[in-house]
Amino acid sequence: MLGEPRADRIVIVGASLAGLRAAETLRAEGFTGSLTLIGDETHPPYDRPPLSKQVLLGKVAADRTGLPQRRRLDADWRLGVRAGGLDPVGKRVLLDDGADVPFDRLLIATGTRARPWPHPDEAALDGVFTLRTSGDAAALAARLDAGPRRVLVIGAGFTGSEIASACRERGLEVTVAERGPAPLVGALGGTLGELAAKLQRAHGVDLRCGVTVTALEGDGRLTGAQFSDGTRIDADIAVIALGAVRNTEWLAESGLAAGPRGVTCDAGCRAFDMYGIVTDDIFAAGDVARFPHPLFEYQLLSLEHWGNAVAQAEVAAHNMVSPGPRRRPHLTVPAFWSSQFGLNIKSVGVPTFSDQVVIAQGSLKDARLVAVYGYRGRVTAAVSVNQARSLDYYRHLIETAAPFPPAPGAADQRESPVPVPSDVPDPKLLSHGPTVALTGHLPDRRLTVVQPAR
Amino acid sequence: MAADTLFQRITDYANRADPYPLYAELRENGVARQDDGSYLVGTYHEIAALLHDPRISSDRRQRTVPDGAAGTDEGVPPSFIGLDDPEHHRLRGMAMRSFGPPHTPDRIDGMHEDITRIVRDLLAGLADKERIDVVDDFAYPLPVTVICRLLGVPAEDEPRFREWSDAIVAGFDPTPDEDPAERQRAGTEARKTMALYLGDLAERRRGHPSGDMLSAFVNDAGPEGQLTPLETMATGVLLLIAGHETTVNLITNGMLTLLRHPDALARLRREPELMPLAVEELLRFEPPVQMLPQRTPLADIEVAGRTIPKGSPLILMLAAGNRDPQRFADADRFDPAREDNQHLGFGSGVHSCFGAPLARLETQIALHELIRHLDTPRLIEDPPEYRRSPVLRGPRHLLIGRG
Ligand SMILES: Cc1cc2nc3c(=O)[nH]c(=O)nc-3n(C[C@H](O)[C@H](O)[C@H](O)COP(=O)(O)OP(=O)(O)OC[C@H]3O[C@@H](n4cnc5c(N)ncnc54)[C@H](O)[C@@H]3O)c2cc1C
Ligand code: HEM
Repeated sequence: MLGEPRADRIVIVGASLAGLRAAETLRAEGFTGSLTLIGDETHPPYDRPPLSKQVLLGKVAADRTGLPQRRRLDADWRLGVRAGGLDPVGKRVLLDDGADVPFDRLLIATGTRARPWPHPDEAALDGVFTLRTSGDAAALAARLDAGPRRVLVIGAGFTGSEIASACRERGLEVTVAERGPAPLVGALGGTLGELAAKLQRAHGVDLRCGVTVTALEGDGRLTGAQFSDGTRIDADIAVIALGAVRNTEWLAESGLAAGPRGVTCDAGCRAFDMYGIVTDDIFAAGDVARFPHPLFEYQLLSLEHWGNAVAQAEVAAHNMVSPGPRRRPHLTVPAFWSSQFGLNIKSVGVPTFSDQVVIAQGSLKDARLVAVYGYRGRVTAAVSVNQARSLDYYRHLIETAAPFPPAPGAADQRESPVPVPSDVPDPKLLSHGPTVALTGHLPDRRLTVVQPAR
Repeated sequence: MAADTLFQRITDYANRADPYPLYAELRENGVARQDDGSYLVGTYHEIAALLHDPRISSDRRQRTVPDGAAGTDEGVPPSFIGLDDPEHHRLRGMAMRSFGPPHTPDRIDGMHEDITRIVRDLLAGLADKERIDVVDDFAYPLPVTVICRLLGVPAEDEPRFREWSDAIVAGFDPTPDEDPAERQRAGTEARKTMALYLGDLAERRRGHPSGDMLSAFVNDAGPEGQLTPLETMATGVLLLIAGHETTVNLITNGMLTLLRHPDALARLRREPELMPLAVEELLRFEPPVQMLPQRTPLADIEVAGRTIPKGSPLILMLAAGNRDPQRFADADRFDPAREDNQHLGFGSGVHSCFGAPLARLETQIALHELIRHLDTPRLIEDPPEYRRSPVLRGPRHLLIGRG
C-alpha cells in the first residue's frame, strides 16, 4: 500500500528479549525491508529470568536459556559489538568498531545492566559478583558448586531474594543485607515484605534489615564484610543485587530524552527528544523505555518486567510499520512473577502506586493469598502468592479502575477483610482528578475512557 | 424466540445434534435470564472472566434458589469439582500428588506406550468388521481401560460401574423436563454405591500398594497428610466418572468431525504432526463438556451490563464461547491447524481440567491410529444418534463403514 513504510531499513539496537520480539513482530506484520540487530553480547538472545532460579540451582546450564526464535527473521545480526553513538540527523548508529549503520527507523532496546558495587577496588575482589548476563550466572553457579562457606547477598529485591533462595535450596549459608525494613518492601510494600522476611528466616537465611554493608574486606579474595551497625561476617562470596542501571550512555549526544531513568517515549513507543518533541522514526521498548500509562495517571513508568518487554516490543514494531491512524498504544497492565523460598509470586498493576492494601483472598498464615492494592479508592494492583488463578479478575478491576477495597465475596474469603496502609514509598501526590479506564479485549479495539471523579 | 426459553431449547433432546444456532442466539442476547431464575452466559470473554472471578463458587450449596442436586448426598461429601478453595485446593493437590507434576511428573508420559498398545489391540479386534461403531468398539473401551489402570479398578467390573456412571450423569443432567427429582435421587444412590465400591478397593490396598492412584491415596502422605476414607471415595468417583464420560466424546466427536471434513482428514493423514493442534481444535469446535451448570455467584455481580444476583444458578456455556466470533476468527470453521486457540474445552481457572494431559494424549493417539487403520471410512448415519445429556454431549453410536 502506498505510504506504508514496509520496505526500507530498520535497525534494532539491543539483541535481547525486546529486540528479538520486535524483530519477529516486524516480519510477522509483513515488513520486507532490511533488518539489522546490533547487540554487544556475543550470545544470540537468551532469557534472563532462569539465571537467578534454575541456573543457580544447577538445574539448567547458563548457556541453555536461549530464547526460541519463532520465525525466520532474515536479519543481519551484528553481535559482540556495542553501539557507541547515534547520529539522529544523518540517521546512523555509530558502532564502537568504527562502522556505522544507516537506518530509516530505529528501535532502542538496550535494556539495563546490573548496578555495580560503588567501590571499584572492593568490587574487583575475587568472589564479588553481579547477576545480569549468562556469563555472570555461569561464573556464580560455578562458585556455588565449589561449596562456599557463606554467601552474602547485598540487596533484598526480587533478584537478591531469588539468589538467596537458590543458595538456601543448595544448603549454603546465606546472609542477606537490606537497607529497607524488609525484603521486597520497595516493590510490594509492608504487608508482603513482612511475610517475605518471615519466610526467609524460616528458610534459614541470616536476614539483616535496616543495615548497609559499609565495606567488603579481602586481599585479592573476598573474606568478609562490615555492616553499618558495627557487626561483621566472614563470607567468601558476595552478590551485589542493588538493582539496575539503564543502558543509555550511548545516547548521550543523540539529543534524545535519554538519561539514567531511561529513554522517554510516548504511549506509541516513539522516543521524545530532549525538548519533549516526539520523534517519528526512533522507538524504544523494554527495560530501557519509560512511558506514560493512562491507568496510573499518565506517570512515566519504567518497568523491568519480562512481560512488559515483550508487549512493548510488539507495539513498537507494529507502530514502526503502520501509518499514523493504525498505530496502537502500549496499554498492557504491567505484570511480573518471581519464585523464591517455595513461593510463586505474581503481580499485576503497579503495587507501588498505592496507599492501601487488603488481603482479599487466602491468608498470610498459609502463605497462600491475593493482596489487592488501592490508591485513593480505586484498585491499582494485585499480588498473588501461590494462588495466581484469579489474577485475570484483578487485572480487570485495575483496567476498569474499580473501587477499592474490592467488594467482599471471594469464594475463599468469607469475612470482610480490612485494608491497611500499604507502606510503600508514597506515590507522587496528585490532584484528585478523573480516572481513566481501559475497555475492549482486542489490541486494535482497546480504548481508554475517562470516568468522572468519584 | 424469547431468550428466557433458551435453556429449555438447548437441553431439548431434539436439538442435541446441532445446538450451535442456539448458542449463537445466546451470544446475541449477552446474559440470558431464564424464567426459573438461572442465568446463561455464552460469550467467550465473559465466560473466561467468570472462570477467574473469585466471587464465583462451584459449590451448589451456595445457591439461594432451591437446587435438588445440592445437599442430597448424605454420606458422601462433594468431591473437589464441587468445592471452593481452600478445600478444593487441598484435595486437588493431594489427588495430583499421584497423577502429575511436581511429585509424579512422568505418570502420563509413561502411559504413551500402554495407550498405544490398548488402541492397537482394539483396532486389531476390528479388522474383520465391515461396519464399526466408533463408540462401543473403540472410543468407549479405550478411556475406560486407561482410567481403570490408572486408578486400580478391575476392568471386569466395567458393567457394574457403567450402570452407576450412567445414573450419576443422568442425575446432574439439568434438563428441566420429566421428573428431575427421580433422576437426581437415582444419581445420588448410584454415587453412593460407586463410592462404597471404590472405598472398598482402596481399603484393600492399604499396606499393599500396587502402583495405582487408589493405592497412593491410602498409602502415601504429603505435607497435607492423607485423604480420609470419605475423601478417597469422593475423589475416586470424580476421577472414574471424569475419565469415563468425557474422552469418549472427544474421540467420537473427533472422528465425526473429520468424516464431515474430508480435506482435514486428508491433511491429517499427510501431516500427522498436526494432530495435537487438531485435537485442540476439536476441543473448541465440538467440546465434550458443553457447559458448566454448577456455578453460583457469592455476591451480586455485573456481567456484560447486567446484574446477576447473589445465589442464582449460573450456567457457563463453554461450547458457545468456543464459537464466539469476538474471540476466534472464522469461529464456525473447523481448522485443524488453528494456532491461536485458547479454547474453553477444559474450562479455565482453578477448576480447569485435572485430567487434560491424559485426555489429550489418549485422543491424539486414538485418532492417529484410527485414521491410519481405516482406509476409506464412510459415515453411515449423519447426524448420528446422540446421548441424552446436554452437558456431556456426544454420539451414542457412530456407525461407519469401510469403503
Ligand atoms: C537475574 C534476572 C532475573 C529476572 N527474573 C525476572 C522474573 O522472574 N520476572 C520478570 O518479569 N522479569 C525478570 N527479569 C527481568 C527481565 O529479564 C527483563 O525485563 C528483560 O530481560 C528485559 O528485556 P530487554 O530486551 O528490554 O533488556 P535486556 O534483556 O537488558 O537486553 C538489552 C540488551 O542490549 C544490550 N546492549 C546494551 N547496550 C548496548 C549497546 N550500547 N549496544 C549494543 N547492545 C547493547 C545488552 O547487552 C543486552 O543484551 C529478570 C532479570 C534478571 C537479570
Ligand atoms: C476430553 C476429555 C475431557 C474434557 C473435555 C474435560 C473437561 C473438563 C472441564 C471443562 C472441567 C472443568 C469443570 C469445572 O470448571 O467445573 C474439568 C474438570 C475436571 N476434570 Fe476433566 N475433562 C476431560 C477428561 C478428564 C480426565 C481423563 C480426567 C481424569 C483423569 C478428568 C478429571 C477432571 C477433574 C478431576 C476435574 C475437576 C477439577 C477441579 O475441580 O479442580 N478430566 N474437565
